[in-house]
Amino acid sequence: MSSATLRHTAWILRGNPLTAIAAIAAAMLALIALLGPSLVPFDPVASDVPLALRPPGAAHWAGTDQLGRDVFSRLVVATRLDLAIAVSAVSISFAIGAIVGSLCGYAGGRIDRYVGRFVDVLMAFPLFVLAMAMVAALGNRVENIVIATAIINLPFYIRFARAEVNIRRNLGWVEAARACGDSHLSVVLRFLLPNILPAMAVQVSLNLGWAILNAAGLSFIGLGVKAPTPEWGIMVAEGARFISTGRWWLVAFPGLALMLAVLTFNLLGDGLRDILDPRMRT
Amino acid sequence: MNAPLLEIEDLHVTFSTRRGPVEAVRGVTLELRPGETLGLVGESGSGKSVTGFAATRLLDPSGRVTAGRIRFRGQDVTHASAEDFRNLNGAAMAMIFQNPRAALNPIRAIGQQIADAILAHKRMPKPQALAAALALLRAVQIRDPEARMSAYPHELSGGMCQRVMIAMAISCDPALLIADEPTTGLDVTTQKVVMDLLAAIAAARGMATILITHDLGLAARYCRRIVVMEQGRLVEEAEPETLFCDPRHPYTKRLVAASPTATSRVEDLALDDDHVPAAVLAKVANPPRAAGTPPLLEVRNISKRFDEGTAAVADFSLTMMAGECVGLVGESGSGKSTISRMICRLIDPTGGDIVFDGQSIGHIPARDFHRSPFRKDIQIVFQDPNDSLNPRYTAFDCIAHPLRRLCAMRDGNALSLRVAECARRVGLPEELLTRFPHQLSGGQKARVGIARAIACRPRLLVLDEPTAALDVSVQAVVLNLLDRLRREDNLAFLFVSHDLNVVRMMCDYTIVMRAGTIVERGESAALFAHPQNDYTSALVDAVPNFHWAGRRSETVPTSCE
Repeated sequence: MSSATLRHTAWILRGNPLTAIAAIAAAMLALIALLGPSLVPFDPVASDVPLALRPPGAAHWAGTDQLGRDVFSRLVVATRLDLAIAVSAVSISFAIGAIVGSLCGYAGGRIDRYVGRFVDVLMAFPLFVLAMAMVAALGNRVENIVIATAIINLPFYIRFARAEVNIRRNLGWVEAARACGDSHLSVVLRFLLPNILPAMAVQVSLNLGWAILNAAGLSFIGLGVKAPTPEWGIMVAEGARFISTGRWWLVAFPGLALMLAVLTFNLLGDGLRDILDPRMRT
Repeated sequence: MNAPLLEIEDLHVTFSTRRGPVEAVRGVTLELRPGETLGLVGESGSGKSVTGFAATRLLDPSGRVTAGRIRFRGQDVTHASAEDFRNLNGAAMAMIFQNPRAALNPIRAIGQQIADAILAHKRMPKPQALAAALALLRAVQIRDPEARMSAYPHELSGGMCQRVMIAMAISCDPALLIADEPTTGLDVTTQKVVMDLLAAIAAARGMATILITHDLGLAARYCRRIVVMEQGRLVEEAEPETLFCDPRHPYTKRLVAASPTATSRVEDLALDDDHVPAAVLAKVANPPRAAGTPPLLEVRNISKRFDEGTAAVADFSLTMMAGECVGLVGESGSGKSTISRMICRLIDPTGGDIVFDGQSIGHIPARDFHRSPFRKDIQIVFQDPNDSLNPRYTAFDCIAHPLRRLCAMRDGNALSLRVAECARRVGLPEELLTRFPHQLSGGQKARVGIARAIACRPRLLVLDEPTAALDVSVQAVVLNLLDRLRREDNLAFLFVSHDLNVVRMMCDYTIVMRAGTIVERGESAALFAHPQNDYTSALVDAVPNFHWAGRRSETVPTSCE
């Protein structure tokens, strides 16, 4: 990062405290995901039945669950898995979607129509049900959650990239690149793609939150990640059984973690656009 | 002597921006009497539009009148809100804008839109408003007005849309009409029709008009009095004849010199004292042409059809020698841009052949032409410098791009030196090379675009309206620059433009296009002096040259000598 970029980033963050907060929160989430297991006070999978279902207190900040496992430790450790699923799913759909969408938007014609109809078909399904079906068919594994989440997000990236490229493909600098000796493919990959990245970064950030929810949702209904692996969705699912008996902390803390993570990425999105767009600089 | 309609007294307008307050108008004083036509002339950033917006209370929220007074019909309206202003003056002031299509609601029939404008100011039953709208469409001479009432803006041409805007503007019989670049972006012949109509309507209704424009010739042709603005200040106020023949202020002098007329030469345009006198540089003579030299470019009967539709270009042929400059003139839709892109091998012709330096290149598909050794010989400069540079490339990268691609240069000292040399040749200060396009002015961007095009030392340069988006003084400098580069490198130019004065100055030979076919071709001087074709003479007549502004008497001098 050049000093100009840093200055610009600082300027955006000063003018937009919400983005600054979101950026700090996202950085903390990333840190927790990296260091989580070495930070926590208790082993997240070690059960200690005599201590089961303790409310939040000095030793167990977020209480303990039905097997006496420390909820706080489980929450912290789960961050890595939840973020990893979301980040890899979004990366896959972003990479494929941006390239396919850009090529379609630039080429137009028959390819564009075929891909467009495929995307329409994909979007005609209830996406969560589609993800459920895929995980069920492919097998109950974390990789498959990633693949299913990536596939159901793909249509949005393709459409988005297609539209962004489509409005730029007749601009002077695209023709200029060709006059300067770039092939069509090179124009798309080296000129158009970098130019739509700021807009797509917003989409990626919003989508990260959504992918976390999706992964948690799948494990909530028993697909994908399995107990006793700590994961926010499973924790909510397991805790839900105890909510009627007043053990609120089993649901509330993982729910809160989910909410904060999603909120962080959503807030980050808008600020990212301003930071990444060189035209916003003066 | 009747009372002034509009009085502006020492007006200051300030905009608050990220970089602090910017004073756009700094002390403008002017006066307009009922029925008078005033031209407000200046280049971009001169504050001419802001003055107009301040007068109509249409200023952007970030702009504020910080000092001065605006009086309309004797009433102080300086700080009236838009709401108060409307109640106070009703529809006494109307405005028409540059891009008529964007100013019309795309999903509402134009008859309805005019009726809406009437109903916004007057209470009347809807059928009556619609009838009034029809009468207005007649007044602005729209053909078949009954049918057009239910037309949508996209079904009308740009000139038609501007007539609809005029109809809306005059719907409530305003006493003052402010026209902000009303014909910029329209073809010259359309411009003439629209301006003639506007002038006739203003005269018939006794309406005062302020014509805001960057085109001195246009202002001279249609206004009785011209006010010249520079950087928010009013520098000169005079009648057109005085302004052209005896400009007082140095800026006006420069502006008048920079405006191409039917007789000016390229080297006369730039009076910039901070530049080497252009005339000296331009004196490098055209290299002598050896008899029997094979042509550099031969275009043989090329045509282009898009998607099996009608021909965009039909049977176009052209022969160019090295170092020659050929002008391609035509209005929008004449196919001139299509031809320039076919010759640049950015799109494929449907038929015919293009021979460059003795080799047929017309049959190499455009998608493979980037690998052709001729790619670096044929380069193009685009119309709008604002969108011809990659927003994510610095000026350096823009210029280095063809060198990396076509001349196989690696990053390093040699490349930096070469880019610096190109920048120097186009007069771009080296410290600007690290900037991104949005940090450069229009003229600087145009220079980057030209530097990029000449970086690999091409032999043919296609110039697609290279100065259409530039201010006249910048245009003067850019034209001089292009002319110099052509002589230095023995470059051949295909100069595509709608501006006849510019083409006449720059090109030895001119081709006039209309609807994809050539209507006339010949030596520029002869062609413009004695056009043989009706369409060509209509084009030549429509160019608003100031000395054709002989409205008051026939004794107006045809030039200032």
